[in-house]
Amino acid sequence: MTTAAPVTIVPRKIKKDWKLFWIILPLILLVFLFSYVPLAGWALSLVDYKPGYPLLKNEWIGLKYFQMILTKSTTKRVLRNTIIFSSLDLLCMPLPMLLAILLNEVRSDRFRKIAQVVTTLPHFISWIIVYSLAFAIFSSEGLLNQVLAMINAPGQNVLTDKNAVYWFQTCITIWKSLGWNAIIYIAAIAGIDQELYEAARVDGAGRLRCAIHITLPGLLPTFIVLLLLRISNFINSGIDQYYVFQNNLVTRNIEVLDLYVYTVGLKQQNYSYAIAAGIMKSFISIALLFIANFTAKKVRGESIV
Amino acid sequence: MKNTKTSPKNQIRDTTSRKVFNVCNIILLGLLMLLCAFPLYYIIVQSFSGSVVAGKGILLPYKFTFSNYNDVFHLEGLLSALGISVARTVAGTGVTVLCCMLLGYLFTKPELPFRKFLYRMVTITMYVSGGLIPTFLVMKYYGLLNSFWVYILPSAVSAYYTILIKTYVEGLPSSVEESAMLDGAGTLTIFFRIIIPMSLPIVATIAVYASVYQWNAWFDNHIYTFTTTSLTTMQYKLYKYLSQAERLAEQIEKSSSEIRQDSMLTPQSVRMTVTVIAVIPVMMIYPFLQRFFIKGINIGAVKG
Repeated sequence: MTTAAPVTIVPRKIKKDWKLFWIILPLILLVFLFSYVPLAGWALSLVDYKPGYPLLKNEWIGLKYFQMILTKSTTKRVLRNTIIFSSLDLLCMPLPMLLAILLNEVRSDRFRKIAQVVTTLPHFISWIIVYSLAFAIFSSEGLLNQVLAMINAPGQNVLTDKNAVYWFQTCITIWKSLGWNAIIYIAAIAGIDQELYEAARVDGAGRLRCAIHITLPGLLPTFIVLLLLRISNFINSGIDQYYVFQNNLVTRNIEVLDLYVYTVGLKQQNYSYAIAAGIMKSFISIALLFIANFTAKKVRGESIV
Repeated sequence: MKNTKTSPKNQIRDTTSRKVFNVCNIILLGLLMLLCAFPLYYIIVQSFSGSVVAGKGILLPYKFTFSNYNDVFHLEGLLSALGISVARTVAGTGVTVLCCMLLGYLFTKPELPFRKFLYRMVTITMYVSGGLIPTFLVMKYYGLLNSFWVYILPSAVSAYYTILIKTYVEGLPSSVEESAMLDGAGTLTIFFRIIIPMSLPIVATIAVYASVYQWNAWFDNHIYTFTTTSLTTMQYKLYKYLSQAERLAEQIEKSSSEIRQDSMLTPQSVRMTVTVIAVIPVMMIYPFLQRFFIKGINIGAVKG
């Protein structure tokens, strides 16, 4: 370690300390190995990759798989599913904001705290547990059907109903994320200038008016940022939820792009095709990110990433 | 939040419509809480029920018993799955916190060579990833398939946590660190003796996030280690119980010779009980650690 004490002239350029570099190197190596090397795997989309085969002996096929993806009807189906799920998600985006406003209107501190803890809890349980809970309640021997049987109503099984997939999965998503997504708005409400409320009250505004004319506009910037971030992730629906809830009866409607890549790649071992699909997905989402960022710059004057 | 608490005092009289709104609001939020909590409550009740009878054991256990908990641990591999889950949570959280802390701290040092470049290199990983299949092939190439390390190493460095930590450490007073440096303390000594003790709030936040991630993770188990039953985690074990009903019934039969004769295990009671075991750690610690989760969000929001 070089001590800085004897240096009398303040150096214009900070002296680089190579010891720090050797400390950081293993960590950077981890990032490189697990985040950058996989990018090299993209090259495999251009060959007909077969596992266990020497890399250079695979047949060169160029962009054939990309063309195949664009023309296949399956692509249209999974893309349609992804777009439906994401659109429903976008439509539900104001709900957490509403919950935050309602929580803020609660007088009792204790009630508000408990409500926050309870509604946030589902965020922290895994998708497997969520599925297990849904199974316990909605399956053919589940609670719902037991109750329906008691009142002699016909049985239902939403888990295997392919027409119910879209709204059912959206409800599950809301159940899991509503309370968690409200937290950021609660923080934003706390940041609103309290003088605005007092001024409005002096002018005779009730709490409802305060909520509409002060709280809501105060939350709008946060909402816009989250909306843009959500749009940039429009095509990345994730895989966990759809994987655990899929079964033979609903698979046509629940299969989203991420799940499709998994099925084609790891189950059918059609690696190159799946990698090509993954690449196209990445490009679309990067393009969306740039569009969202550009819009944010125009609207707010600062970027979101 | 603080000011809204005092505001009702300024406005003593409540209009009738306001009162109606308050009541409706409480009822609405109450229903929402019920909706969130009831499914969890229901499986807990069921896991304490002596036998599964349709329409019984909805609000209170039917024929209350602990035997389900006693019996499920006789199922093949359940104890080992619990052990793996605990091991990966402890090891994974420790490694992630240590790596991200060190990385975040080093990024605050202007003396670090290529600082800007390396920081970019780490943050870009938040937006670009190779995707599922290339990552799988790379893990295979590294020989990480069917290895415990596949649970730990890929998540050791997280760009998001690193940014949170860097932001936090930048806000610490630099005088303590400088005086330690004058005393001749090395970088790592400063890191362990000064930076970590001063950053305990952010360490706790990251640890809480990382441990929930590790405890809940199952997809890595599903794609990287599914052939090695000794590496099966609790979550994945539960998934198998849910998706392979016949296998589960077979297992219950096989282990029933080891259990008491009057064992009441059914596929349904096994699923419920194992679900409770898998969710209880999160449910127990979560209310106490909620402030750390919220802190994480708020730091992230300030940064974003």
